[in-house]
Amino acid sequence: MEMNQIIFILFAAIIVVFSILTVTSRRILRAAVSLLFVLVSTAGLYFMLNFAFLAAVQLALYAGGIVVLIIFSILLTSHISQKMEAVDLKKSVFSALAVILGMILTITTILQFSFQATTAAAAEINMEVIGKAMLSYEVDGFVLPFELISVLLLAAMVAAIIIAKKGSPVSDAPNPDKP
Amino acid sequence: MNNGIPLQYFLILASIMFFVGIYGFLTRRNLIGILMSVELILNSVNINFLAFNRYLYPDRLEGLFFSLFIIAVAAAEAAVAIAIIINIYRRFSTVNVEHVNEMRF
Repeated sequence: MEMNQIIFILFAAIIVVFSILTVTSRRILRAAVSLLFVLVSTAGLYFMLNFAFLAAVQLALYAGGIVVLIIFSILLTSHISQKMEAVDLKKSVFSALAVILGMILTITTILQFSFQATTAAAAEINMEVIGKAMLSYEVDGFVLPFELISVLLLAAMVAAIIIAKKGSPVSDAPNPDKP
Repeated sequence: MNNGIPLQYFLILASIMFFVGIYGFLTRRNLIGILMSVELILNSVNINFLAFNRYLYPDRLEGLFFSLFIIAVAAAEAAVAIAIIINIYRRFSTVNVEHVNEMRF
């Protein structure tokens, strides 16, 4: 077995095991740490596919940004040792059934389709190519989605500030007896 | 670097990850748990885009840019979702979706 196959199987095993832990762990902080492992292994897969820039973005944004944000909000909203209530057995069984059926369907479809191998030479992907393509308005340019994303990020930033801002205190606490 | 690994391996791995995320989305009752499941789903889609880009169209850049934009949208979504979660926690003192069943301005 080749070295890269061993590395791929290692990353795949880490991703599968820790993503299952992410959705089943009853301690939410452990689930967040499992999510961190999944994201770092995904960055490793990007390195194997030779997308070094995207792997760096994945490490910086996901592993460094989003996971830290999630852990902050966990610490703000629950106690560290608090366990979530166990999932209803019936719901868990039916969800697992639906998910496994969908997985079988997807994987058999993937295995039946024959993907055409390509003969085109791989393009050189470095920062210069990426930056020029991102700001180019020629045929292969991506300036329109780039501008859309920048507007979206601005809107998300303003929305996050306004939503999370401490408004006037709510005097009427939610009444659980109300229908 | 990826010789000896068929494209199907990446696709199977991504679909397993996607459906594990769906399972979490269906069973979790904590808002932050649901958010983490969504992150798993988005990540599996990214793996698919990049594997197709590398194996089938290695002379193009579309997969790379779509993954980049998906990551940006996921970051924006996480920021807004966490703002909403913190606001919900301030008003209801819980982040369990079963107990948050009232819509207010």
